[in-house]
Amino acid sequence: MTTPRLQAEHVRLGYDERIVVDGLNLDVADESVTVIIGPNGCGKSTLLRGMGRLLRPRSGSVLLDGKRIDRLPTKDVAKAVGVLPQTPSAPAGLTVADLVARGRQPHQHWYRQWSSGDEEAVAHALSVTGMSAYADRAVDELSGGQRQRAWISMTLAQETSLLLLDEPITYLDLAHQVDVLDLVHRLHTERGTTVVMVLHDLNLAARYADTLVAMHDGAVVSRGTPDEVLTEDLLSDVFGLDAKVVSDPVAGTPLVLPISAHLRDEL
Amino acid sequence: MSAVRDIESVPGRKQVQVGGLAASFRPRSVLVPVICLVLLVLVAALNIGRGSSDIALLDVLRTLAGGGDRAETGIIFDLRLPRTLAGVLVGAAFGLAGALFQTVARNPLASPDILGITWGAGVGAVSVIVLGGSAGQVSGMVAELGVPLAGLAGGLLAGLLLYALAWRRGLDSYRMVLVGIGLAAIGNNVVYWLLTVGDVDDATRATTWIVGNLAAVGWEALGPLALALALLVPVTIAGVHTLGGLQFGDDTARGLGIRVDGARATLLLLAAALAAVATAVAGPITFVALATPQIALRLVRSPQPPIVGSMVLGGLLTVSADLAVRTVTPGLPVGVLTAILGAPYLIFLFLRTRKEARA
Repeated sequence: MTTPRLQAEHVRLGYDERIVVDGLNLDVADESVTVIIGPNGCGKSTLLRGMGRLLRPRSGSVLLDGKRIDRLPTKDVAKAVGVLPQTPSAPAGLTVADLVARGRQPHQHWYRQWSSGDEEAVAHALSVTGMSAYADRAVDELSGGQRQRAWISMTLAQETSLLLLDEPITYLDLAHQVDVLDLVHRLHTERGTTVVMVLHDLNLAARYADTLVAMHDGAVVSRGTPDEVLTEDLLSDVFGLDAKVVSDPVAGTPLVLPISAHLRDEL
Repeated sequence: MSAVRDIESVPGRKQVQVGGLAASFRPRSVLVPVICLVLLVLVAALNIGRGSSDIALLDVLRTLAGGGDRAETGIIFDLRLPRTLAGVLVGAAFGLAGALFQTVARNPLASPDILGITWGAGVGAVSVIVLGGSAGQVSGMVAELGVPLAGLAGGLLAGLLLYALAWRRGLDSYRMVLVGIGLAAIGNNVVYWLLTVGDVDDATRATTWIVGNLAAVGWEALGPLALALALLVPVTIAGVHTLGGLQFGDDTARGLGIRVDGARATLLLLAAALAAVATAVAGPITFVALATPQIALRLVRSPQPPIVGSMVLGGLLTVSADLAVRTVTPGLPVGVLTAILGAPYLIFLFLRTRKEARA
């Protein structure tokens, strides 16, 4: 078997006294789309931050292409791994073009701060997300969907072959959610980008993931194809959700239909 | 990379191409410093012309260019130039220090005078003057090297203290401002105390350390300041691209490959050093470091305080304030005017921050 693109080995992650993830193992195969699901507070974002070296593990290690990520120069990692945090913040008045241009940071040096390659990458990132028309607008004046796309553009301008996205579609309406995920899917099929993302929408997760990872209390409880992972038992164990799982008539992937309390007696 | 790239430049931005290098051209980021520089030369010439015998603007400019008569050359180069030159350099140092502080802290309130760096430098410099023997009249080696070095040490020490006390799982901007205001109050009072116990009989010298004054600056003080600027400015400009990434949250900055904690600490120490050497020369000229970066940012319309713009504008603001004070009430130190300007500006900043917090 080939070396996984990204690998967590017995990682223990936490903040101050609180350990959130303990002794977790996870392999991310090259050119795959891995979606992490799990209830609020189960450690999904913490794991993603650990894998993107935003948070240093207390013990264990994260390997990028088989090498310890904390021993690689952080700039080299930034050329390979793009991370989109859950709630990124930009200073007031920053324009979309300036935000996206920041994605070129890892490719810049003190002696060469902006090149035509940078310019092209930024223009391309803007056009892929359909944000070219908003290049001059201030990020803080955009709608939630546009802002999210601006941040994704910045991550794309970084031109990495691995993307870690923390809840990239939260706060978006359904049409924009699908837009963003279609974009991710296109990057994956056209460029072979490896993607790891945290999603809350189980049905969209099942539709776009090659591999689903279900987490509970800081541990991976199930990992596999969406069909293998999204079972009625798992939903009840992990989410405490009483639900029926059927086949999605559009995609053929599992579709989760929660059984609401007021309907339970009627069924 | 299979995607076809048919678009070459970012929409809405003019581009300049020189060989393999390209730069997104913002007319304002060049225009503003140039206009400010022209104004600075004019204001500086006016300021040099002012004195016990006034010299006309054109004569000053001619003399500076090397074409003045002997009397004017003597007066301008020996007596008057140091004061104005000090205003330019001190202002530039404060402007740059303020721009660094505000970018690193992501807070327009962060500046070396509000955060106590200036007062740390003041404590260092005054200690040497007071403890260095005949109070207020230190001379020779001690004055030339001891005062600026002690100022530098005091400023850096205040910077380290600020960094250490504001640290909590990373540098917390809000905490940094609060800690800094506390440090400034302490440093401020230590200066007062030193001046009291030290019995500084030279009144001009004493006021320098309380409000900031350019009147007493001579050529001997300019050397260390120019040297410090020549060392610190290029280092800072080389680090500008890191500065751009630091304006985001820590996670975003780390994701872009910035060693966030190291970069912050380095830039803060650079800024503290700049503010400290400036203070060692002219005392705490407040308001310049606080307001200059914000004014420059609005003039240039850039996402973060511009480096060169802040420096030129800092010099312009300081020399203009000196000229204004000398014109209206001769004899008063420049720091009095900047302090008067600073108070309403601070209130404005507080109000605006509150409005933004509610919005």
